[in-house]
Amino acid sequence: MKKFFTRRLVVRLFWGLGALVFAFLLYAWRSPIPPIDAPAAETFDAAAVRRGAQLAALGDCATCHTAPGGETFAGGRAVETPFGTIYSTNITPDTPTGIGRWSQVAFQRAIREGVDREGDHLYPAFPYDHFTLVNDEDSAALYAYIMTRQPVRAQTPDNHLAFPFNMRFMMAGWKLLFLHSGPYEPDTQRDAQWNRGAYLANGIGHCGACHTPRNGLGAEIAAQHFGGGEAEGWRAYAINADSKSLEAWNAEDLHMYLSKGWHDRHGDAHGPMAAVAQNLSSLPDEDVKAIASYVASVMGKRSSPPASAGAGKTALDGAPSNDTGAAIYAATCASCHDGTRALPFGGVKLMLSTAVTGESSTNLINVILDGLHAPEGTAGAIMPGFSTTLTDGQLESLVAYIRSNLGAQPPWTGVENTVREARSRDRD
Amino acid sequence: MIELRVNGQSHNVSADPDTPLLYVLRDELQLNAAKFGCGLGQCGSCTVLVDGAPTLSCVTPIMLLEGRQITTVEGLGTAEDPGPMQRAFIEEQSAQCGYCIPGMMMRAQALLQRNPRATDAEIRAYLEPNLCRCGTHMRILRAVKRAAAMMTGPDASPSTHTPVPASAQPDTSETDGDSQRDRRHSEKRERPER
Repeated sequence: MKKFFTRRLVVRLFWGLGALVFAFLLYAWRSPIPPIDAPAAETFDAAAVRRGAQLAALGDCATCHTAPGGETFAGGRAVETPFGTIYSTNITPDTPTGIGRWSQVAFQRAIREGVDREGDHLYPAFPYDHFTLVNDEDSAALYAYIMTRQPVRAQTPDNHLAFPFNMRFMMAGWKLLFLHSGPYEPDTQRDAQWNRGAYLANGIGHCGACHTPRNGLGAEIAAQHFGGGEAEGWRAYAINADSKSLEAWNAEDLHMYLSKGWHDRHGDAHGPMAAVAQNLSSLPDEDVKAIASYVASVMGKRSSPPASAGAGKTALDGAPSNDTGAAIYAATCASCHDGTRALPFGGVKLMLSTAVTGESSTNLINVILDGLHAPEGTAGAIMPGFSTTLTDGQLESLVAYIRSNLGAQPPWTGVENTVREARSRDRD
Repeated sequence: MIELRVNGQSHNVSADPDTPLLYVLRDELQLNAAKFGCGLGQCGSCTVLVDGAPTLSCVTPIMLLEGRQITTVEGLGTAEDPGPMQRAFIEEQSAQCGYCIPGMMMRAQALLQRNPRATDAEIRAYLEPNLCRCGTHMRILRAVKRAAAMMTGPDASPSTHTPVPASAQPDTSETDGDSQRDRRHSEKRERPER
């Protein structure tokens, strides 16, 4: 009796499970969209192509869809995720290897729903959870711009993802849980500029992809919008009320920082943000102003402004927290960071930098080791790196000194590990 | 007193610990190959090797360098017996004004010591931090390729991978000629900084 019951249960479970899997597969299935002949460049409106170029810059499309040293938009850049390595795809209008046979409908489905022309689900390393907000007009402009680029033949390398993440249909489940489809719903309590900024920043600009923390399944935690995250070995600072910047940001300062890549009371954009600022510099001023106005309002009044004990002090005042760090700072850093040259030609006063007052030592250590480099072919801040001269011990002393004497903040924990990780990422 | 090991020789240096290495090399040790360009670590003309890695000596205080191996152009060979990097730069006649050349040679040396089979693209990328205002980049690139061929070829000299200790420190003929000019240049550049 007992055995029979067990067997029946097993059979029922088997069918139940089978039905569930079948239902999920049915739910996950997306139809292919028929291929088209690559549309001729003259069929696109020139104004749409121009606007598409600006939107593609705001979306940092080329930043991810270009391999180091590779052709623009030809893909192949490795994106490291906690689940494995994903390679960005070739989005030039090449027919066999790019998106030359994609119709506008297929393109729009890809950016808004994360499904490619053939009907396969895309991984959210491609931020369709943001692009879902992009409206029809902007989507058409992006398509016009992308389809009028030079086709480049470049096969995208295969992703290296662990089971079960290598099964694309699983992404349907991810989307069920975490994708909140557009379009953008304007906040009627706010003015048009704010709404424009929110639409651009949360949509194509996908600021939260780096600046919002992610959960165990790699989805942004909506309740901690702009609460700070990680990006390519860098800390993307909190840009909400938790910002640790000594000087509170306002819309005007953000506008300057975003369009120039530096601000004299905040410092230089570095790491992945340097490319973002570089991209934003090609946008019309109204767009950047709108983004600045929106982000400034999210930052609002801060929940816990950092102690301002460091304000107005130069680094060389007061008793140093450790003599080695103080001596290295005075001999190596002070001539630029405590000098009289203003930004962007001199260094920022370090107490003003979120890299010093912020929640993580990562960025300060990265910059001390590698310095700052102007992106190729552009003007930008330059700082020499000190990876070849500072030993780990010297670097830790220097970081401790800068944090406590200039930032007037309690010591960071785990600096030793952060140094080790930064060294292991060391280029060349 | 700080002990500095330069080109295989030990020196007890009386300069303050916060003195940039470049000043000690030029003013105390009379090693005039490394040049004062910008003084801000932005042009690369002061590049030397520290433990084999390219380092901007104008922004590196000597307090960080105790026990480290420092190499300058003088350590790559002498005027009488130039090393492969020096020979290559002479044979390609890479210098126009010559001011950036010692820094270029040292950064290229660092690359080739680690990877003597560096590709053109790797050489370009690696030399990117060093500026040349005369525009002799193509000759510099050819010289580095030539040096690489000498280092990997059958006639590779033993000084290829381990820089020889320069004994009496005569400047290479190349840097000798412009040392007067260097001094004027660095004085001129230093004043407005103060």
